[in-house]
Amino acid sequence: MKFLGNLSWDAIPWNSPLPLIAGGGVIAICIAIAAWIVLAGHLPYLWKEWITSVDHKRIGVMYILLGLVMTLRGFADAILMRTHQAYAYRADGYLPPEHFDQIFTSHGTIMIFFGAMPLMIGLMNFVIPLQLGVRDVAFPTWNSTSLWLTAAGALLVNISLVVGVFSRAGWLPYPPLSELEFSPDVGVDYYLWALLISGVGTLVTGINFVTTILKMRAPGMGYLRMSMYCWTALASNLLIVAAFPILTATLVMLTLDRYLGFHFFTAAGGGNMMMFINLIWAWGHPEVYILVLPAFGIFSEIISTFSNKPLFGYRSMVIATLGICIISFLVWLHHFFTMGAGGTVNAAFGIATSVIAVVTGVKVFNWLFTMYGGRIHYKTPMLWALGFLVTFVIGGMTGVLLAVPPADFLLHNSLFLVAHFHNTIIGGVVFGAFAGIAYWFPKAFGFRLHEGWGVAAFWFTIAAFYAVFIPLYMVGLLGMPRRMQHYDMEMWRPFILAAMVGIFLFGVALICQVIQLVVSIRQRERLRDETGDPWSGRSLEWATPSPPPIFNFAVQPTVYGEEPYWELKRRAIASQQNEGRYEAIKLPRNNATGFVTGFFASVIGFAMVWKIWWLAILGLVAAYAVFVWYAWRDIPEEKISAEEVARIDRAHRKSRAEWLARHSEKGNMA
Amino acid sequence: MTMIEAPTTAHGRPVDPYRLGRTDLATGHGEAGPASERVIIAFGFWIFLLSDIVMFSAFFAAHAVLQTATDNGPTGRELFDPSRVAIETGCLLASSFTCGLSAVATNARNLFWTQAALLVTGLLGLAFLGLEAHEFSGMIANGVGPDRSAFLSSFFALVGLHGAHVGVGLLWLGTMMAQLFVKGFGSILYRLICFNLFWHVLDIIWVAIFTVVYLIGEGR
Repeated sequence: MKFLGNLSWDAIPWNSPLPLIAGGGVIAICIAIAAWIVLAGHLPYLWKEWITSVDHKRIGVMYILLGLVMTLRGFADAILMRTHQAYAYRADGYLPPEHFDQIFTSHGTIMIFFGAMPLMIGLMNFVIPLQLGVRDVAFPTWNSTSLWLTAAGALLVNISLVVGVFSRAGWLPYPPLSELEFSPDVGVDYYLWALLISGVGTLVTGINFVTTILKMRAPGMGYLRMSMYCWTALASNLLIVAAFPILTATLVMLTLDRYLGFHFFTAAGGGNMMMFINLIWAWGHPEVYILVLPAFGIFSEIISTFSNKPLFGYRSMVIATLGICIISFLVWLHHFFTMGAGGTVNAAFGIATSVIAVVTGVKVFNWLFTMYGGRIHYKTPMLWALGFLVTFVIGGMTGVLLAVPPADFLLHNSLFLVAHFHNTIIGGVVFGAFAGIAYWFPKAFGFRLHEGWGVAAFWFTIAAFYAVFIPLYMVGLLGMPRRMQHYDMEMWRPFILAAMVGIFLFGVALICQVIQLVVSIRQRERLRDETGDPWSGRSLEWATPSPPPIFNFAVQPTVYGEEPYWELKRRAIASQQNEGRYEAIKLPRNNATGFVTGFFASVIGFAMVWKIWWLAILGLVAAYAVFVWYAWRDIPEEKISAEEVARIDRAHRKSRAEWLARHSEKGNMA
Repeated sequence: MTMIEAPTTAHGRPVDPYRLGRTDLATGHGEAGPASERVIIAFGFWIFLLSDIVMFSAFFAAHAVLQTATDNGPTGRELFDPSRVAIETGCLLASSFTCGLSAVATNARNLFWTQAALLVTGLLGLAFLGLEAHEFSGMIANGVGPDRSAFLSSFFALVGLHGAHVGVGLLWLGTMMAQLFVKGFGSILYRLICFNLFWHVLDIIWVAIFTVVYLIGEGR
């Protein structure tokens, strides 16, 4: 038995320059950033204030950073695929098949698990406790642990770029291809351990937010006074709690097959491959609603705020949200209508799928009626919301088309399907994330994002989206399957070329986003938000300064209605200016538990991929030691004195009063 | 506290600020503010246990699908030893009872009896694990391990997952007993509550395993 298991110098892809150069570049950038942090003396600050932070706002920001970086990584894969297919007409293209297969697998895996999920969870982290009017989530240290477990999974996926290979079995590793017999290398193992580790992190997030939303709300905030974003976040986290354990169980079964010769999904020994496909989609379909429900909530907040109206049909919106939450568990079979379930079963699942469109339609009409008669402000977040409405409806309609089993038999595994789910995920989740970031950025950092560059980013993104995916819809209808390394059909070529042009438009949109961030930071004094309420918002997060103090609210707010902050403003801005009775606030102490857990999880994952058993055991023992160390602490909380709270709150009141003195009251409170 | 009076009508009823037709702004719908730490911790732990039950249910489903997929190998009737399973069940049920007794002693803040009840709980759990390990090792030694057939794969995975939970529970229990010994009740009261919930849920899952795996498996 070798000391380093199966790991050797052969694991580095010396003879394929592309991953080597990309990986080398990334490593160089990471080393440069790390060196700058250490040399400039930022490390203690970073360690004390961010890495070990248990503050939900900072954890949220770190989640979003992780999501943005990994989305960039997944986008690089997308550029490779689109340009490769443009070359690969009656030719081999520039990516050999085993590399092309890794690219589409890592694109899907990264975008869903390490792009979209961290973006959505990050926004929830930042916003939900503020909207509930409380100081933090229910389990702050677990929250930090969730973040670092997710980061550990992302790290493993990125390590596979340089050390070994990544999975070639698609973003959901269907057996028997993913079994040891047909994928003997470490690719699928990287996939499995990355997802097992980050899956635990996501599950803990779900538990944390369900508990927070159900058990920790400001006094007076009954269920039907929560903001719509809190409702959709609740539904999304309920789905996480109910669905992610299925993913973990399924991946554990595949891991047992690959490591210990079990026969869950193998062709031999009585294994059942269809069971994998059923189990993975029993998680996989709820997963798409885990992603899109919070986005629905973000759009509800934005459309109501920028229409200067309360949300239309609040209760029907709550019912629709919970309806989606339940029905999302009853439709999984529509992902494999073609796999022999029979006409009756297919019909039942096709109908259930169409029913989800009805419930989602309720939401779309509610958003439209919210805008109807409102005074609409076309700021960047609202543009994203409008772009979402149009784009998502198209995605929904192609989804209903795919829900009809006979049509699905023609379109299954075609680029039409690929265009459909990108239509809903980009049009829903990605637009939602960008809208949410633009909307809550001033709350998080105290200054707004530059409007002009935001508008440019929006228009380039939406143009790029249609330029890529309308051709893919069409070429899908012409019969082009997904995941083709090369092809000979002349009629497909123009559409693939058009899609390549679109992906470059996405690149332009990305550059706009980067410029927007740089320009906004440079002009932050001009863009500063002194009031804490830059958009004339309606929920509680706008009642506290931007950025909020560590304790969120100097005095715990009391809620009397559905739109608590609007209510406060409507009744008397003066009453907000009365100081409350300040009390000392207890907050959980920052600690390194989450980071250390994430570190050992990465070590265990890497050791298991390469079968370095001693290292895996060492990692487990270390993880247990961390648990004992954490359990043994005596003082888990620290106190912020009443004087300190008063000092911080008075400074905010002063700046707000100055702002009010400078502006007419009418302009502000319209 | 910033005290702001709720807007009310002359009759003291809250008004509907947006004329949306809602006048039900009454208390009693979760409006009492954040729950106590004890409630939050126990509630969160219950949510975790529910997620754990979902994970087990996936393994139960797999076992139900694969129960007859013996690949011409031995069936449950040939492999299972009812008397050993009965003793295992007895150990686990008894340990659940003593775990409950530890909660009674904790409520009375009696350190000695808490520790004693937890010790008996742990020993019974160990006995259960030992019997299960004996069963597993015997089967593997006879060449009917998890790689023999899909039926045995699902059997070892499901029963082994429960066993792994018991093992982790014992580690947790030992850590808490050490902490109780050094520091007294102090800060781990809520953790004792969580452990009680955990242990009882493992019992519930065992009852399902007893029925689905062993009783139904005997009949196959």
